[in-house]
Amino acid sequence: MTDLMLKSEALHKRFGHVEVLKGIDLEVARGEVMCLLGPSGSGKSTFLRCINHLETYEAGRLWVDGELVGYRQVADKLHHLKQSEIAKARSEIGMVFQRFNLFPHKTALQNVTEAPVQVKGMAKSEAEFHAKELLDRVGLADKAGNYPSQLSGGQQQRVAIARALAMKPKLMLFDEPTSALDPELVGEVLDVMRGLAKDGMTMVVVTHEMGFAREVGDTIVFMDGGVVVESGDPREVIANPKHDRTKAFLSKVL
Amino acid sequence: MAEAAPPAPDPVATTPERVKPEDITAVRLRHPIRWVAAIVVLYIVVALAYSLVTNANYDWGVVWQYLFSAPVMKGLGLTLVLTVVSMLIGIVLGVILAIMRRSENPMLSGTAWVYIWLFRGTPVYVQLLFWGAIGSLYPFITLAVPFGGPDLIHVDANTLITPFLAAVLGLALNEAAYMAEVVRGGLLSVDEGQTEAASALGMTSAQTLRRIVLPQAMRVIIPPTGNETISMLKTTSLVSVLAFSDLLYATHNIAVQNYKTISLLIVASIWYLLFTSIMQTGQFYIERYYGRGTARVQQETLLQNIRRRMFTTSREESGTGPKA
Ligand SMILES: Nc1ncnc2c1ncn2[C@@H]1O[C@H](COP(=O)(O)OP(=O)(O)OP(=O)(O)O)[C@@H](O)[C@H]1O
Ligand SMILES: [Mg+2]
Repeated sequence: MTDLMLKSEALHKRFGHVEVLKGIDLEVARGEVMCLLGPSGSGKSTFLRCINHLETYEAGRLWVDGELVGYRQVADKLHHLKQSEIAKARSEIGMVFQRFNLFPHKTALQNVTEAPVQVKGMAKSEAEFHAKELLDRVGLADKAGNYPSQLSGGQQQRVAIARALAMKPKLMLFDEPTSALDPELVGEVLDVMRGLAKDGMTMVVVTHEMGFAREVGDTIVFMDGGVVVESGDPREVIANPKHDRTKAFLSKVL
Repeated sequence: MAEAAPPAPDPVATTPERVKPEDITAVRLRHPIRWVAAIVVLYIVVALAYSLVTNANYDWGVVWQYLFSAPVMKGLGLTLVLTVVSMLIGIVLGVILAIMRRSENPMLSGTAWVYIWLFRGTPVYVQLLFWGAIGSLYPFITLAVPFGGPDLIHVDANTLITPFLAAVLGLALNEAAYMAEVVRGGLLSVDEGQTEAASALGMTSAQTLRRIVLPQAMRVIIPPTGNETISMLKTTSLVSVLAFSDLLYATHNIAVQNYKTISLLIVASIWYLLFTSIMQTGQFYIERYYGRGTARVQQETLLQNIRRRMFTTSREESGTGPKA
């Protein structure tokens, strides 16, 4: 087994007749942080959603931790995975959304314990014990009993991160986790993500926070029009973009 | 994790020379139109009350005589049982139909669509008559192995479909069609991000529906369901046509003997009114329960409302009272 957590090979995705991903090739090693950026509509969210089976793909191959995503290969034929197999694969990948998507009818603690209890069949007391540890880790030990509507955006996103971590994922996907936040709340969420990276979590992060990409990212990938335009060491790419489209984009976000 | 910085010092507190201005005392507005309207309404209410007491045709003595009489109580009991049973079956079937309509299987969603179309498109009164007359349409009801296999169950329709069963079938199957639409609206009201977040955690679609989507849909489903239940209580009065001895049938039977039609209609109305009022109160508390987590301030109960209005000054109220 290689040390690759994620491998994408000529990945294609169509919505009807519109081709959104036109051959994505990239690799993420275990423990690495990859930052993904690109203009709106370039296919960043679609790529993340493919990794987590929220979308299917039409051509190419995608592997997570050496396992093919979405299909099982028997001889030279691909078979669709069963719903239960997809659920199992998803439970090992954490996902954090731009709009948090916390469960509004559950407290912060219940948001975090829901999946371990329901999906893994963990005892409630054990799940609560771990959930409290996780809330403490994201700095919200005192907010366990609050409903999402009683939390600020930054606090909600930190609960969402704790909720994903509760499943002990081997890979974390972040889709613009700070884009819906007021500027003064961005820092607290990035701090948590920085901590995760330091603890060796493998992460794919769609973000326009250049400071974060430069400091935490091991690689940066610039996407446009459904293809990878440029990738490499973040400090290198941000300082000396080679491609015109990268230059044009960076001049807008920096 | 660094929390927000300590709050900035209050500017009023740090500038000692600022003096708090005196409270405003303004001349109150007059509302002459309100007074005229109140007097007109008061006159009408008094006139109606006077006629209620003095018009002998109301025959309040008869109302009292029969209000708690055995046949009326029995009819009331049957009406309530019929309401509860029909409503429960209607809700369960309605949820199933709503989930079928969301299904990707066209056979399931199509069946649900046709069911809803058929049962909402014809009057419930007609449907009740159909169930009452089912014996002439299908004299025998047989459950058999298809294509000439042996019979498993074989019964006379008229013994199987009693008036009670006909009433339940008529009301429940009709209600299911309306509840299906109510539930569907509720499910649609839940943000798609909720389903995505639940799936991303590895929850199955059944778990997602039961634990995440339905509880949130409840907030939208409960108020119309309350209205449906109240409406069901009143609609049960139609089952008299099936010779089912509900509340209205019981009072009607008495009126046929003593010719006190109005008095006995009042008896029935009092009971209908009492139970619709009780249901409305119950609905309020259930709505409050399912609203938790979504409203920052909980809706106040009637008692809390009265307590607030009676025992707080208007100044406190405008500052701290929850929004109506
Ligand atoms: N379910 C869908 N059906 C049809 N088209 C879709 C669907 N989802 C996304 N698309 C299209 O795919 C393209 C890529 O979308 P995607 O959300 O992946 O972009 P993005 O890079 O994440 O953009 P943003 O920065 O705005 O989030 C867009 O043109 C979008 O309109
Ligand atoms: Mg996106």
